[in-house]
Amino acid sequence: MSIILAAEALSCVRQDRVLFENLNFQLSAGQVLYIQGKNGAGKSSLLRLLAGLSLPEDGQILFHGKPLSSVAELFAEQLLFIGHQSGIHPQLTALQNLAFWSALTEQQVADPYQLLGFLGLAGLEDIPCFMLSAGQQRRVSLARLWFTTKPLWILDEPFTSLDQQLIAKLEQHFLQHLSAGGVIVLTSHQVLSASYPQLQAIELEYRW
Amino acid sequence: MVMWSSLIKRELQLLGRQKADWLNPLVFFLLVLSLFPLGIGPEPGMLKQIAPGLVWIAALLSVLLSAERLFKDDYRYGVIEQLVAGRQGLFSYVTAKICCHWLSTGVPLILVSPLIAVLLGLDWQSWQVLVVTLILGTPVLSLLSVLGAALTMAADKGGILQALIILPLYIPLLIFASGAMEAAATALPYTGQLAVLLAFLLFALALVPLAVRQALRMNVG
Repeated sequence: MSIILAAEALSCVRQDRVLFENLNFQLSAGQVLYIQGKNGAGKSSLLRLLAGLSLPEDGQILFHGKPLSSVAELFAEQLLFIGHQSGIHPQLTALQNLAFWSALTEQQVADPYQLLGFLGLAGLEDIPCFMLSAGQQRRVSLARLWFTTKPLWILDEPFTSLDQQLIAKLEQHFLQHLSAGGVIVLTSHQVLSASYPQLQAIELEYRW
Repeated sequence: MVMWSSLIKRELQLLGRQKADWLNPLVFFLLVLSLFPLGIGPEPGMLKQIAPGLVWIAALLSVLLSAERLFKDDYRYGVIEQLVAGRQGLFSYVTAKICCHWLSTGVPLILVSPLIAVLLGLDWQSWQVLVVTLILGTPVLSLLSVLGAALTMAADKGGILQALIILPLYIPLLIFASGAMEAAATALPYTGQLAVLLAFLLFALALVPLAVRQALRMNVG
């Protein structure tokens, strides 16, 4: 099976502190990379490297066998990145935020009301997001996962402030995405409860 | 095109919710200009003579005032980070921002210009020239302020820094715009100054959006 995303001898330094060094992994279609580690261990920094937002101190990231910098456009076309911040503007309603992200990625939402209803936001579609709870805002942000056609998902703490019911729904959706040949990279402090056929786990140690 | 119109729609929705963002600069502009006749004295000849400089300085400062918060929210809530990661929509996002900034700060200045003409005792001819310089000049003001906002969005107190970066770039605009109005007031030809303003506009239109995109990428990386 061909390798989609790979890291070779990756190192990251922040404020003179080595977060991790000589990190290697290979991900092919249908695989999850599950990154664990204490606060400050470098999980988000690793995700930002993988999303092409910052450059590694040493080593390289390969996308379909080519260095990330040489295939940046192609990579970005296939990537859906949801970072630590939700990407939701609090002054806009759930529907408006959804419309913004669907327009930007040029991917149509068949029925936004139905999608938001499915995510437990029925009746809250038309109020500004700052009036929603943290978990509800996270739901609006994650709604993108249900209409995107991009194969590579990089998600920073997707389960934060979600309730058990929605976590179950989300993990179900992850499994669907993986069986369709997608790739997921995610960080979490939460133990994954669904059984993933091909799970790779990386534990980042907190280093001084 | 569908993408761009949705982005414009989003910016307009935001302006609709955050009315202070575009009302404050307009009120500031009117307040400053209405204070001059009181402070300097209502002598029409005097006011008429200094009007070109006054109008343009007030316009500069009010546009600068409006730009500080332009990217702050989107930066804080991670919208820009995700746009930079996704790449494809970033340029459209930048052009939509610039366009809506002009619609919300430049256009209102043009619309209230008849009132300004009355306040400062401008005649029909001078008002016409004022409107033409505003039409050519305010888009340049918007382009430059968006650039300043993009460069300073990650800075904690970016306002003063932004003023320091952008004000020097405003100076040529100030000179030629008020120069055109002064020439018109003394019945000299002023098409030369207008042509220079047009050249500024075309130059800024071609380069500034690219620079803004780069500035956003730099700030996220």
